[in-house]
Amino acid sequence: MRARPSDTRAASLEFRHVSKRYDRGGDGPGAVNDLSFAVPAGAICVLVGPSGCGKTTSLKLVNRLIEPTSGQVLLDGVDVMTQEVTALRRRIGYVIQSVGLFPHLTVGRNVATVPSLMGWPARQQQARVEELLGLVGLDPARYRDRYPSQLSGGERQRIGVARALAADPLIMLMDEPFAAVDPIVRERLQDEFLRLQREISKTILFVTHDIDEAIRMGDLIAVMEQGGRLAQFGTPRDILAEPASDFVARFVGEDRGLKRLSLQTVANLRVEPLERRLDGMPEFGPATKLRDALSILLVAETRGGIALDETGRPRGMVTVDAIASALAEDGTGPGRVPADR
Amino acid sequence: MNGEPLMRWDWVAAHLDSIFGRLEQHVGLTILAVTIGFAISFTLAAVSVRQRRLYPYVTLLATAVYTIPSFALFAALVAVTGLTVLTAEIPLVLYTLILFVPNIVAGFDGVPADVLDAADGMGFTRGRRWLRVELPLAVPLIVAGLRLATVSTIGLLTVSAILGDSFGGLGYFILDGYHRHFTTEIIIGGVLSIALAAVADIGFFLAQRRLTPWATARAAVR
Repeated sequence: MRARPSDTRAASLEFRHVSKRYDRGGDGPGAVNDLSFAVPAGAICVLVGPSGCGKTTSLKLVNRLIEPTSGQVLLDGVDVMTQEVTALRRRIGYVIQSVGLFPHLTVGRNVATVPSLMGWPARQQQARVEELLGLVGLDPARYRDRYPSQLSGGERQRIGVARALAADPLIMLMDEPFAAVDPIVRERLQDEFLRLQREISKTILFVTHDIDEAIRMGDLIAVMEQGGRLAQFGTPRDILAEPASDFVARFVGEDRGLKRLSLQTVANLRVEPLERRLDGMPEFGPATKLRDALSILLVAETRGGIALDETGRPRGMVTVDAIASALAEDGTGPGRVPADR
Repeated sequence: MNGEPLMRWDWVAAHLDSIFGRLEQHVGLTILAVTIGFAISFTLAAVSVRQRRLYPYVTLLATAVYTIPSFALFAALVAVTGLTVLTAEIPLVLYTLILFVPNIVAGFDGVPADVLDAADGMGFTRGRRWLRVELPLAVPLIVAGLRLATVSTIGLLTVSAILGDSFGGLGYFILDGYHRHFTTEIIIGGVLSIALAAVADIGFFLAQRRLTPWATARAAVR
């Protein structure tokens, strides 16, 4: 583990009645309609919705790659439209699906892009590159002088994140950052990113069309629907437990109960007393997600499984009924599941 | 043929000074034509990239010029610019346009949209983005245009020998050898012209490899 990085800055983000209309109708693909929500500093907010719902447009309204027709986007309470545009963008990290690394620059020069634009001394840029490559888990000595064409998809994504973090941004904008890699790499990148986020605590606006990714990554989720309207804004549990409309219910899927179970772990489950231990009973560590526990119980030929505590000692029995009542009581339950199991 | 050998090396040995002089002239006139042609083409291409609707007209113009036979153009220009270096250079410059402009435009068109999006998002100013991102990424196709234009100009330049003894570079030997039925001169003029084109082409190729290491760095490491 490397020394704690120097990143500490984060800004709050607020959309205040923001609309972006294109041409006549105003409801065409990419339009945004009276969007209002607020993200506290240091939180991950995921914009999720079907294609054409305006989520990428909303993201680009923050760094002014697109400018609003009406309303305000506020960073730490200051309207982005009142700020000098290149200076604003250099304070905002930007990661896109295709990464957009500069093919003609080495990894080191790519990562140092914004520091170089801001005129940092060469030595400071170099030190920052080392620090960031370490932070995203790539050995600086091995990677610094490579070109993007010599990297795998996952490595490119990590470099993209490192580049976005280079000048200690106030906020990170991430547009489907993990969509271009295969599912196994994606899951690893998501886990790594959540772990990284616990160290750097940036405010993050994250766009995806994948509700599972939204639930996994988001502290807050903004579900958007056609016409660029906000269908619901809340925590993952709010959205899964109380969908605000038929659209949201359909979008999160019929298995939203199961998805809620993936937000809870065995550690917080009210277990039944363990009468006696039977051979073949499955055992669950405290970090096991209830969704996985349920799945295992349904195929196991026993009445229940054993919940273990941190020290690995049995503390009670996990049953299908116990899991069901945990779901019923949701709202008093635990918060997010840490990403690393 | 009067029983003379194809190559008379003694003639070559006796005329080395003249051969080097013509070679030098050939190189000088080529550099001048390619440089001016490049400057004009780059401007036309830059305008075409920004004002897309002008591009078809630029291409049309460059193609139309290219259809004029070089002989005819040299002859016609004599009436306007006389027997000057201008008469020799104007056609050569004009013929480079159709080789340069499409390559330069394609070079800038080929810069990936996501790279530009990322550059904008990170706070590049317009000018800096052009200089640091777009131009370097267009270099491989720009160099491809340079190679074409240079090789073509070196060949075409020999035709300008019809303008008289003080022009034409190595073409002088070809024309003189033709008039005198002297194959040695024709071969010297032709072979050196081809060799010059080959050297220039290889030179550009090597220069590009140095200039754009990223373009050849595919999966070499690991």
